[in-house]
Amino acid sequence: MKATELLELRPQGLWCPPAGAFIDPVRPVDRAIVTHGHGDHCRPGSRALLATPETVAIAEARYGRTAFAATQAIPAGRPMRLGDATITLVPAGHVLGSAQVVVEAGGARAVVSGDYKRAADPTCAPFEPVPCDLFVTEATFGLPVFRHPPVQDEIARLLASVRAQPERCHAIGAYALGKAQRMIAELRRAGWDRTIYLHGALVGLCTVYGRLGIPLGPLETVRGQGAELKGEIVLGPPSALNDRWARRLPDPVICAASGWMRVRQRAKQRGVELPLVVSDHADWDELTATITETGAQTVWVTHGAEEALCLWCADQGLDARPLALAGRGEEEAM
Amino acid sequence: MRAFADLLETLVHTPRRTRKLALLRAYFRATPDPDRGYALAALAGTLEMPSLTPSVIRGVAQARVDPRLFALSHDFVGDLAETVALIWPDPPTPPGPPPGLSETVERLRAASRAARPGLLDELFDRLDPSARFALIKLCAGGMRVGVSARLARTALAEEFGRPLSRIEELWFALSPPYADLFAWLEGGEEPEADLSLAFRPMMLANPLEPERFETLAPADHIAEIKWDGVRVQAAATRAGRRLYSRAGEDLAPAFPDILAAMDWQGCVDGELLVAIDGAPRPFAELQARLGRKRVTAKMLAEAPAHIRAYDLLHDGERDLRALPLAERRARLAAWIETHAPARLDLSPEIRFETWDQLAALRDAQRAEGQEGLMVKRRDAPYAAGRPIGPWWKWKRDPLSADCVLMYAQRGHGRRSSYYSDFTFGAWEPDPEGPPGAERLAPVGKAYSGFTDAELVELDRWVRAHMTQRFGPVRAVEQALVVEVAFDAVQISRRHRSGVAMRFPRIKRIRWDKPADEADRVETLRALAAPQG
Repeated sequence: MKATELLELRPQGLWCPPAGAFIDPVRPVDRAIVTHGHGDHCRPGSRALLATPETVAIAEARYGRTAFAATQAIPAGRPMRLGDATITLVPAGHVLGSAQVVVEAGGARAVVSGDYKRAADPTCAPFEPVPCDLFVTEATFGLPVFRHPPVQDEIARLLASVRAQPERCHAIGAYALGKAQRMIAELRRAGWDRTIYLHGALVGLCTVYGRLGIPLGPLETVRGQGAELKGEIVLGPPSALNDRWARRLPDPVICAASGWMRVRQRAKQRGVELPLVVSDHADWDELTATITETGAQTVWVTHGAEEALCLWCADQGLDARPLALAGRGEEEAM
Repeated sequence: MRAFADLLETLVHTPRRTRKLALLRAYFRATPDPDRGYALAALAGTLEMPSLTPSVIRGVAQARVDPRLFALSHDFVGDLAETVALIWPDPPTPPGPPPGLSETVERLRAASRAARPGLLDELFDRLDPSARFALIKLCAGGMRVGVSARLARTALAEEFGRPLSRIEELWFALSPPYADLFAWLEGGEEPEADLSLAFRPMMLANPLEPERFETLAPADHIAEIKWDGVRVQAAATRAGRRLYSRAGEDLAPAFPDILAAMDWQGCVDGELLVAIDGAPRPFAELQARLGRKRVTAKMLAEAPAHIRAYDLLHDGERDLRALPLAERRARLAAWIETHAPARLDLSPEIRFETWDQLAALRDAQRAEGQEGLMVKRRDAPYAAGRPIGPWWKWKRDPLSADCVLMYAQRGHGRRSSYYSDFTFGAWEPDPEGPPGAERLAPVGKAYSGFTDAELVELDRWVRAHMTQRFGPVRAVEQALVVEVAFDAVQISRRHRSGVAMRFPRIKRIRWDKPADEADRVETLRALAAPQG
C-alpha cells in the first residue's frame, strides 16, 4: 500500500480509508479522530470521538458531555487497531492533550501532525518526531519571517513592563485553551507568584488543566476589583480586551500573546501596547527541521502559508502539495 | 544599537504622550554620548544618512534568502524594512558583538556607495531583528514612531531641567550628535552658537471671554484679523533663511516659494496662507502643501504661498522684541514699505472705538481665511509663551447644524473600547427615490466635543443601533440627531455632499429631535464663504 492511500481529502475533512474514520472533521461524522481540543479541529456532533484522555476531557468541558454519542480515550503512545489500520496518538507539544495521529497500514506510515510546536511548554508533553512516509504538517507560520523568540525573553519583557508601570494593570489577550495556561505556567516559572486574574471565559479550561495535573497557582476571576488590580496581571480572550469588558480594569496596558505579534503592523492594527511573541505553533525553522526529521518523502501542507513551505520542500526534493482544509487557523487569527 | 532599537520598538506601540516622554527621558539620561545624540537626531529628523533605495536593501537580503520565499514574505508583511529585519537568517556564529548606534551611523556615513551593501550585510549579521529594523529605518528616513522633534526636545527639557524655549532657540544652531547640547543640559556651559537664524519662541494668545471687556480699555489695544492659516516665523540673515512653524519645526522644504522670496534681512512673525492676488484660499489648499518633502511646479503655481505679517521681531540684526507692540507695528509697516517684499504683506490694523463696534465686525466676518480677531495691548513687548493679558484671540462664534449620525468607529488608545469617531450627515434630495424623497449625505466627522458621560451614552446607543459593518466601521440606524459645531463650511468637490466642515465637533446630543428635522445640505452650503 502506498502511504498516500492512507489519507484522502473529503468535504468533511481528512478521511482515513483503512481506519474508516475522519481526522479533525469540520462537520459531524460517524467516527472522528481528533488531534486536540481547539474549535477548528474538534467540533461537536460526531457520533464517536477518539482522542487522548486530556483532549476528551477538554472537549467535554467545552461542549458538554452530550456533544458526542460516544468517546474513546487512548493514551499517547499506545497503538490501537481500527479497521485495517493501526492508529497511535503521539504528543504534538501544541496544547495539553494535543497529539499527532500516526496511521499504519499495508506497510506504510502516515503522520497527521495537527498543530504542533517544538519549543518547551510546561503545560504539555513535548513533540515526538515519528519517522514516516507521508507527513501532513500545519503551516500557520510557514514563512521565513516567523522565528519565535524564546518565551522566557517575552515573559521578561512583560514583567519589566509590569515593574515599570505599577499604577496600571497588564491585560493579556490569550486564547482560552492552551495559550492562557502556558502564559500562566511560564509566569510561575519566572517567579510571578501573585494571584493572576482571569476573564470568566478562561476559568473553565484553567480548572480542567488543574484537574489534569497542571498546577497554575492562585487564580481569581475578574469581577469588580477595580483599583485592586493595579500592578496585577489579567488574562482574557483577545476580543474582550478591546471591548467593554476591559473598562473595568484600571488603566490597562493591552498586551497580546501571539505569534502574529512578530509583525508590528499587526500589533498596531489591533491596538496592542505590549506585543508578546508567544506562539503554540511551530515557526519556520521548526517546521523545516521537523519535516527533515520525519524523513517523509511526501509532505502535505495545511492551513496557513502553504505556498512557501511547499516551495521549500520541492527544493529539498520532496513531493509536497497544499491541502486545502476549510476553517482552520481560527485560534491564531483572533 | 540595542537600547535605541528597544526604544523605537516600545515607542511605536505606546499611544500615550506622557508614557512616550517617560521613555525618552529615561533613554536620554541613561545613554552615553554620542549614541543619544544620534538617537535624538534620528527622532527629530536631523540625521543625515546615505539614502539606501529599496532595491539596494532588497538586493542585500536576496543574496541571503531565496528570492521566492522573500517575495512571499514581503507580500505578507507589507513593509520592506520589516521583512528584511525578520527574514535575515542568524549566522551560526555572529561575526562580532552588536555594533553601537554611533558605530553604525558613522560607518554608514563613511562608506562609499559601492561599499554600502557589503557593510549592511555585515551589520545585519551582528544585529537582532528589531535592531536591523532600526538600522534600515535610519537609512530610509522617518522613524514613524509618533515622536515629533518637539516632543524629543520637551523630554530633554523635563529630564535635565532646562527651559524648553532656550533649547528651541539653540536647536537650529546645533548639529548631531549634539555633544555640546548634552554637556550644557548636564550642567556645563551653554554652547556657543550663531543664533541669528535661531527660532525665537513665539508669543501666543489666550481666548478672550466676554466678561474681560469690563477691565480692558479699547484705546489700549489694537485689533487685527486672526487669519486662518499656519502661524510662522520667517528669519533671514547673511547666514541663510529659515521658515519655522509655531513649534519650531522647519517648514522650508514644503515652501520653496516663500524661501526664494525672502531676499530681505530680519525676522517676521505672521500667518502662512495660500493666497491668490492677496486673497486667502481655503485652509484645505494650504493643508495640501504642508508636510510635503517635494513640491511640484503645478502646486507652486496653483497654490502659491504667502505670509501675512503680524509682527517684526528683528529688523536686520536689531532685536525689536523688547519694544512695545505699537512701535514694532510701525516699524513693520515701514519695513514692508522699504523692502516691498514679494509674497509678504501687512495684516492690517482694524480701527475701532468701542468693544461693541469690534464685536459687530467680528459677527459680520464670513470671508475665507478669517477665523476671528486678535486683540493686542499696544504697550506689550514680544514675550515667549502664553502670558495672560497682552494678547487675546477672539474667534468668531462657531456655526452649528443638526446632523444625523450615520457611521461610528472605535477610537484608539484609551478610547479603543468606545465608538468615539462619528460620521454624520445632512439631508439632500434622493435622485433615485420618488419625487420629494430625501437621503442623508455625509457632511463631516467628529471625534470630540462631547463629555465623557456623553461618550458612554453615544457608545451605548451605537452598539444598540448597528445595522451594517464595513471593516472597522459600523453603520447605524439613521435616527440620532447631534448638534455639530464647526468653524466654517467650505465647498468641496471631494465630498459627495459638496461641502466640508472645518473643525467639526459634537456639541450636544439631541435625543429630543426626530431625524427628519435635522438640517439639509443646502442649508450648510449657504453658510459657506463666497467663492472667488
